[in-house]
Amino acid sequence: MLKLISQRLALGLVTLWAASVLIFFSTILLPGDFASAMLGQQATAENTAAIRAELGLDRNVFLRYSDWLAGAAQGDLGLNWASKRPISDEIGPRLYNTFFLAIYAALVAVPVSVFLGIMAAIRQGSVFDRGVNVGALMTISVPEFFLGYLLLMLFAAHLRIFPVLSVVSATTPFFKHLYIAFLPMMTLVLVIVAHMMRMTRASVLQVMASPYIEMAYLKGLPKWRVVVQHALPNALAPIVNVIALNLAYLVVGVVVVERVFVYPGMGQMLVDAVAKRNIPVVLACGLIFAVVFITLNIIADVLSIMSNPRLRHPR
Amino acid sequence: MNRWEELQQAAMNGRLSRRQFMAHAAALGVTTSLATGVLAKAGYADEPKKGGVLNIGIAGGSTTDSLDVTTYTDSMAFNTAFAMMNQLIEIDPNNKPIPSLFKSWEASEGATKWVFKVQQAEFHNGKSLDAEDIVYSINLHRGEGSKSGAASGLKPISDVKATGKDEVTITLSAGDADFIYPISDYHVLVVPKDFKDWSKPVGTGPYTFGAWDPGVSANVKKFANHWNKDRGHVDEVNFTCINDTAQRMNAIVAGQVDIIHRVDTATIDLIKAVPTLALVMAHGGYHAIYAARCDMAPFNDPNLRLAVKHAIDREQLLKALFNGYGAIGNDSPIPPSDPYFAKELEQTKYDPDQAKFYMKKAKIDGPVVLSASDAAFNGAVDAALLFQANAKAAGVDFQVKKEPGDGFWDNVWLKAPFCESYWGGRPAATQMFTTAYKSDAAWNETGYKVEAFDKLLAEAKVTVDEAKRAPMIKDLQKMVHEDGGAIIPAFKDWVDATATKVKNYQPHAMFDLCNGRAAEKVWIDEA
Repeated sequence: MLKLISQRLALGLVTLWAASVLIFFSTILLPGDFASAMLGQQATAENTAAIRAELGLDRNVFLRYSDWLAGAAQGDLGLNWASKRPISDEIGPRLYNTFFLAIYAALVAVPVSVFLGIMAAIRQGSVFDRGVNVGALMTISVPEFFLGYLLLMLFAAHLRIFPVLSVVSATTPFFKHLYIAFLPMMTLVLVIVAHMMRMTRASVLQVMASPYIEMAYLKGLPKWRVVVQHALPNALAPIVNVIALNLAYLVVGVVVVERVFVYPGMGQMLVDAVAKRNIPVVLACGLIFAVVFITLNIIADVLSIMSNPRLRHPR
Repeated sequence: MNRWEELQQAAMNGRLSRRQFMAHAAALGVTTSLATGVLAKAGYADEPKKGGVLNIGIAGGSTTDSLDVTTYTDSMAFNTAFAMMNQLIEIDPNNKPIPSLFKSWEASEGATKWVFKVQQAEFHNGKSLDAEDIVYSINLHRGEGSKSGAASGLKPISDVKATGKDEVTITLSAGDADFIYPISDYHVLVVPKDFKDWSKPVGTGPYTFGAWDPGVSANVKKFANHWNKDRGHVDEVNFTCINDTAQRMNAIVAGQVDIIHRVDTATIDLIKAVPTLALVMAHGGYHAIYAARCDMAPFNDPNLRLAVKHAIDREQLLKALFNGYGAIGNDSPIPPSDPYFAKELEQTKYDPDQAKFYMKKAKIDGPVVLSASDAAFNGAVDAALLFQANAKAAGVDFQVKKEPGDGFWDNVWLKAPFCESYWGGRPAATQMFTTAYKSDAAWNETGYKVEAFDKLLAEAKVTVDEAKRAPMIKDLQKMVHEDGGAIIPAFKDWVDATATKVKNYQPHAMFDLCNGRAAEKVWIDEA
């Protein structure tokens, strides 16, 4: 087990490095650079040259990358070109906001979807099962900003229960943050529950078709016990993988929700940075997202293996 | 609603000054006692009310914003900066200059030598304002290493000197009677000498730095020793960046902010339905433009340019792009709100026959392609397709090439022979022409290189006599209208919305949010 984890971690580091190379060089390949992007319509030859000289944008590309890598390896993510402040200072609060929202949504979505999935599997074919499936398909087919607008219209504009804007700052107290972030959280929950619920249901149903389950029934065990104690542990592997994927999405893919609710998270920061070719920020955000993905994938793999004794003790 | 009721409504919403209201009322034949009665009911006081917290919802912010005045471009940044720092000269709602930190000025020697007297003021850090601070602040935007967007407007300056503790002399390389306008550029704000810490700006403005989270929010607090007692009435101002249009509308309807700009004209009824909200509209110079380069094929042929100008349905575009909130354009960048607007010029209309006539005379070699992108202005790609449909019906065929918004200003604008663009308008007509129509202008997007035009422009800039200037500027418009490559179908109105408790919110022709100074001009009166 330990050997597996350390193998995965080593591979993860290599993946991280490969990701940074890819991100850096593809951003360089995009037309324009930071100077022309920042100045936009106001750019002239002189002021763009001045910004380029200040930031060293005309240096050799490989040199710039290796400088950055050297710094990053020691924990120095560099300066944000737009504000000239260290990125590690600036990224902290936004990272906190993103994780806060992601964990908040995960804590609600995962139990709900697993529970609904199991119930749907138990009552396969019933009205409940069909209703849950249809509901799930509806929420997943609608774009998330539209879901966001719907929730806003109902809860914020008409019923006035929640605020319209979800702007938080470093000084927002914890419970107020929960209240303010409620609507974006609900939007995200609606988006990811469908996928996890259906996977849970499919996986459980597949295991339920095995002979040992039929044996369990013949032994006289109640249905819920058969499902939870006998079927579920074997169905866990695909469920865990889907959950990991969705959790990664919660951190990485929510820029649209952030924009609709005006929630200051990392997604918006990354999108703005790419638009303005703010390379240090793009790399920093990219790295953090890569770390999140890799970590979650490692955890998912480990959990899948742990839940299956045949894989835990290979002969 | 009849005129008297409209006038009362405007007064209730605090959109007119006392004097304006009385003047209009008199014109309507209303008795003085009735008019003053309404004024009293509308809560007009000569004294602005102090105190309160103002919340403004602003679009145009990004996490890459900074308060560095040399490089900022968009609303969130400069509205926050304006609350803390002063300009040298401000432009009033009628495009006339009013003194700010330059309290008086005198031009001499053919408008090449300008002597300015400096206002007495205190910086937030206690330092007194003197001429050296101003020289430093201006020089941030000049010279080799300057990153500033104002640099090209200030190029004619050959020397800036402090000629006294409260006097600054600026010498120009060429005379410019309108020099007041470049020096009032929105980048040129005054900071103490050698100041560089843009993360915490220090200025002479009515508010001091509170907090700044780029692309998210900003906060400023009242400065007790501000030099101008007519500005800075509220105690605190919160700016919230709301780029999403629907959310901006929601925020003001739900009362989370008190002022928004860039109101969505398609859903403007939402605001009209709320009695505690008011709309403020201003006619300004913001325009969308299809720039055809006169120095490149195929538009180097003037017949093609004329054909295309007659092949566009301007009313339809005004409706489609701006929901009718604006004015139709006549292929000249000077808007109807400008005092020098050439209203005698015949309005080019959608005329398929004329278009076909010019097309026959034109010699076109190869396809004509319009480069379109939503980076140019909102709805630009749809507008291009609409234009193409209009033109096809008039016998003018061109293709629309959709360009990615990313990198549009870098790769397409100024390079493609026919592309879309926009301008925010300039307070002075000569300034607009100098920025984009002079032969050697850095942003001469239509490649308009006519010697007679340059000469007339230079002459207009040094002429101070109004009687002689006006016809010159009108001639400049005529030249661009007839012969230039700019196809300008419409000008857009600035549309803002405020809560009715916000008083003294005046529409301004140059920009929305009272030309960026709403935070210091308004006061809150809950009555």
